[in-house]
Amino acid sequence: MEQKLKTDFDKFISMSNFSNQEIKLKKEALDNFLKNGFPSRKLENWKFSDIKQIIQKNIGELTFYNDYNIKNEINDEIFIKEIEHNKIVIVNGKIERLSFEYEESDKINLTTLENFNQNPNDDNSLLSLNNSFSNKIHNILVKKNYSFKKPLIIYQITNEKVSNTNINFQLKFELEENSSIKIINLSDDNSEKNFINNLFNFNLGKNAILKNYKIDKKSNTNINYDYSSITQKENSISETFIFSSGSDYKKNEVSCNLEGQYSSAFINGIHLLSKNRHHEIRTNTNHLYENTKSYQLIKSVIDDSSKSVYQGKIYVDSKAQKTDGYQLSKAVLLNEQAEFNAKPELEIYADDVKCSHGSASGSLDDDSIFYLMSRGLDKKTAKELLINGFLLDVVEKITDEEIKKLLKSMIGLN
Amino acid sequence: MRDKQIEDLKEYKYGFSTDIESFKAPKGLNEEVIRFISNIKKEPDWLLQWRLKAFERLKVLKEPDWQKPKYPKIDYQDLYYYSAPKSFKEKPKNLEDLDPKLLETYKKLGIPLQEQKRLNGIAVDAVFDSVSVATTFKDTLTKKGIIFCSISEAIQKHPDLVKKYLGSVIPITDHFFATLNSAVFTDGSFVYIPPNVKCPMELSTYFRINASDTGQFERTLIIADKGSYVSYLEGCTAPMRDENQLHAANVELIALDDAEIKYSTVQNWYPGDKDGKGGIYNFVTKRGLCKGKNSKISWTQVETGSAITWKYPSCILKGDNSIGEFYSIAITNNHQKADTGTKMIHLGRNTKSKIISKGISAGKSDMTYRGLVDISKNASNSTNYTQCDSLLMGNKCGAHTVPYIKNKNSNSNIAHEATTSKISEDQLHYCQQRGLNQEEAVGLIVNGFCKEVLQQLPMEFAVEAQKLVGISLEGSVG
Repeated sequence: MEQKLKTDFDKFISMSNFSNQEIKLKKEALDNFLKNGFPSRKLENWKFSDIKQIIQKNIGELTFYNDYNIKNEINDEIFIKEIEHNKIVIVNGKIERLSFEYEESDKINLTTLENFNQNPNDDNSLLSLNNSFSNKIHNILVKKNYSFKKPLIIYQITNEKVSNTNINFQLKFELEENSSIKIINLSDDNSEKNFINNLFNFNLGKNAILKNYKIDKKSNTNINYDYSSITQKENSISETFIFSSGSDYKKNEVSCNLEGQYSSAFINGIHLLSKNRHHEIRTNTNHLYENTKSYQLIKSVIDDSSKSVYQGKIYVDSKAQKTDGYQLSKAVLLNEQAEFNAKPELEIYADDVKCSHGSASGSLDDDSIFYLMSRGLDKKTAKELLINGFLLDVVEKITDEEIKKLLKSMIGLN
Repeated sequence: MRDKQIEDLKEYKYGFSTDIESFKAPKGLNEEVIRFISNIKKEPDWLLQWRLKAFERLKVLKEPDWQKPKYPKIDYQDLYYYSAPKSFKEKPKNLEDLDPKLLETYKKLGIPLQEQKRLNGIAVDAVFDSVSVATTFKDTLTKKGIIFCSISEAIQKHPDLVKKYLGSVIPITDHFFATLNSAVFTDGSFVYIPPNVKCPMELSTYFRINASDTGQFERTLIIADKGSYVSYLEGCTAPMRDENQLHAANVELIALDDAEIKYSTVQNWYPGDKDGKGGIYNFVTKRGLCKGKNSKISWTQVETGSAITWKYPSCILKGDNSIGEFYSIAITNNHQKADTGTKMIHLGRNTKSKIISKGISAGKSDMTYRGLVDISKNASNSTNYTQCDSLLMGNKCGAHTVPYIKNKNSNSNIAHEATTSKISEDQLHYCQQRGLNQEEAVGLIVNGFCKEVLQQLPMEFAVEAQKLVGISLEGSVG
């Protein structure tokens, strides 16, 4: 694999027009990845989802070279019609369209990043892989006091042109003081057996608000890794919602650094799994300053021989007094072959805090099914009703009414 | 009155060392030393081979390093693996033959070795450094057919039982410290309860490390045959020494059909001084196997001592309808560190487990609850309930919760809850308003916090443990 990585990298660099600075950083990132390789179960964070093995088993040999010079046609029919929205369309890791038609153009600054952050720690080599093979990194800056008028929908499309390929994509958002944005991230995969590696960076200034909804619904055989890193200043709010269902393998990782006081982070997620899918959500909330708040609610419905994993960590620094942290994960196992693994973790160094977590897993409550059946529902409907209610709990946490309505109809919950 | 009591107790009162000439194996860990230990204990050849096999395995094993409390590398060649009071070369036949100095030591520790003076009905097996010194109440127990003796004695007198069960729960191929113990274990207790016998009294072992530079490696084996019941207590102390001492014991419990074992520990090894110098490394492997149907194993622990506590008393619920329980209070103060919890491995149908863990950290200490609940595919209708609460005092300490939850069975339920908080100002205020001073109020609240676990301890221990909880936290508030 090492040779393949090196030749693909050389080809990739020669076909693109990166600056010397970018090439230097990309080389460093590649070296870092070569040193560590794909993460395996030996690393604590990958204990329940050994991506090295999963890639070997499901894809085998990967191609890392990805030709960003190819122009892809976009079929306008894929766009969501229910709501007016701004668009970013990404096809096979390349941004094909960027339109902020509903916004004031002088309030948004679009640039590409010459200097990107290297992966600071070794425990996630996928970030290094992303740095070395992703195309030019766009930075979207929302200026002070500007709130997006319409949501931004990021269409992440893969088409049949790629297979057995590693696709890396990276995007950065900077929200200045008092600004706000609503993002829906839609995966639309029409390809087979690729390894997709996404990295999103969000920097939230004072009083900024980020609402980020990630939807993976379309059934596909890709292996998908999605990392969101959110840094928050004073009084800022981030809300992340994850619906994870379609890919064969998916790991969503959200890392929040609450650096300013009164900042808060909400992460809610749904796993709706069937067949032999294997999905994981990992949240990492770091309370680094006084009076910060975080809340996580993750619910899983696991059918057939699918597997759901939740790893959640709340870290409270000794400076972060008066922290309020809460985390709850619940899972319903519908089939004997289904499996749920959880690792809810607290690491606390301050005494004046209120932190708790809960985790429960099991079958659907027989009493509840009996109750519904005694009122005339058949067993199947009764079960569906209970599952619907179970998951709706998470969807109801979405604070934007318009988007909540849209997502409910997309997911099929009501 | 209480002030004086506190003054008395503030210092580690078990910190004295006894000036008894000891007889030691040569320093270091090698085949010679293992042969030496085996030889001096007149062990049969199969046990020597078993030890050597463990030692072979040990050579390829790496010391684990995933734990939260880090410690300086231990030089295993710089330790004595066998130390016994010199007068022990020939084991004394009865209490009168015991070295008076030794008796005095146990008197100071409050361990009743002389039966006639005893009030509480507890049979004691005392382990001093590496060897078991005396077992009390033998006659009463023998009448019931109960075997309670040191493991060395059991190896001589009941080799069949030992051979059958030794290593059946903690095999020699286990992790580093367990395997180290298998290779060099010196003494420990052995209990066998025959079918349908309820052990009439609490059985107890008292461990003491006396000599310096020694590691203590006991091995305890408890077998409860069909329909029997036993409650077993374990206490430990060590002298104050500047260097760290290693304690790597193995405890194996086996419960057959309908049997129940209750194992309680009050661990008060020397925790090191206020600046974190010295103290015991308590790296113990405790594992119980609910082998038969309807069997039950319950662990209760009060961990207040040791510089580093690193242990996970576990239950393997193999028999159908078996039950595993774990109740724990862990208190760390000053520079103490603890990484403790349990493993509940559900293999049989209708198995149940319950985990109640209370962690209190004060001073500059660090405490981690780490636990595993694993319900396998075949363990239908199993349930687990876990509750782990942590209390923090001050912002220089840490409290962490790392539970691993694995559910592979759709008919089984797992519920887990954890909270971390500090002592509520309201409660403190309420108590102080009614005339308690701050320390008393904290003591009262902490005892309330721990009550669920303290209730599980046998009476005599509960009183001691309650006091210990108070003492361990002295000076941590205000």
